[in-house]
Amino acid sequence: MSDHAQEFDDRGDLAPGEQQHGDLRSRILFYLAGLGLAVLLTATSFFIAGTNLVWQPSIPVALIVLAIAQMGVHLVFFLHITTGPDNTNNVLALAFGLLIVLLVVGGSLWIMANLNHNMMPMDQLMQMQH
Amino acid sequence: MSVTTVTQATAYADPHHLRAAEHDGPAPKRIVTGFGFWIFLLSDIVMFSCFFASFAVLSGATAGGPGGAELFDIGNVALETGLLLLSSFTCGMASIAADRHNRLWFQVAMAVTGLFGAGFLLLEVREFAELVGRGDGPSRSAFLSAFFTLVGCHGLHVAAGILWLLTMMAQVVAKGFRADIERRILCFALFWHALDIIWVAVFSVVYLLGSAT
Repeated sequence: MSDHAQEFDDRGDLAPGEQQHGDLRSRILFYLAGLGLAVLLTATSFFIAGTNLVWQPSIPVALIVLAIAQMGVHLVFFLHITTGPDNTNNVLALAFGLLIVLLVVGGSLWIMANLNHNMMPMDQLMQMQH
Repeated sequence: MSVTTVTQATAYADPHHLRAAEHDGPAPKRIVTGFGFWIFLLSDIVMFSCFFASFAVLSGATAGGPGGAELFDIGNVALETGLLLLSSFTCGMASIAADRHNRLWFQVAMAVTGLFGAGFLLLEVREFAELVGRGDGPSRSAFLSAFFTLVGCHGLHVAAGILWLLTMMAQVVAKGFRADIERRILCFALFWHALDIIWVAVFSVVYLLGSAT
């Protein structure tokens, strides 16, 4: 085991997605904790979507918040994104990716909603063509 | 200040030589490869965000056809979600086994991961076949085109992931835990976990939000 630990020490920084080297028990428990949290969040999402107990207009917002929380759980517990110095590059790349995702999704929704709002209803458009 | 005090001061500030690599030239190949693959995964996620955007824009364009509430079987989606989540967990177990050079547990964990992934894919193909069989295929409406593109693209990624998984199992049998094989296992684990993250967005936005409205 000490030979094994020495080998890891020589390897220095962690690669993206690589777990902090510890003993077997704590490493498996870390994944189990992630699995537990993910199951909890997934179950809540499916419960909220199918129930009448929750104020209906709040459901879309709740589902999106739960999804973002679960992605966070996956990033931390399965992909091992940390705040450590060897993870700075990964976090910065992730932040840039998120920026693009938000621009694409948010921008598309905004532009298309605006377009639909300003467009003449389809039946009137058809009448004008005749 | 003598040479010995400088050495001692450095040793004190960094007793485990964690920062030694900063002055020792380029990063190890393991980190370079992993980071490159991380960038690829992020660009893949950006590509998915375009499909998500088009689905969100077109989700109301049913052209008089059925909407999400009539089409989706939420029980089936819950089962798919469970399978993919468990496969992500067993993939983590395979990573640990690979790290500890334990061939038996690596093969067991990878096989279980592959079986969960195949089960997910089977459920998805069955759902697609059912939709197409009822005449609600991708050509029915803009909503269904966007649905099949987005969910089908994720399904293709899972299928490619299963092929990669089988390749890694075979390579470990043939070549053992060599440094290059370990890098590939690291990239595979990143890929598989990223697929699960995209699925979280799919089941939340497409299935749960889609059947709510």
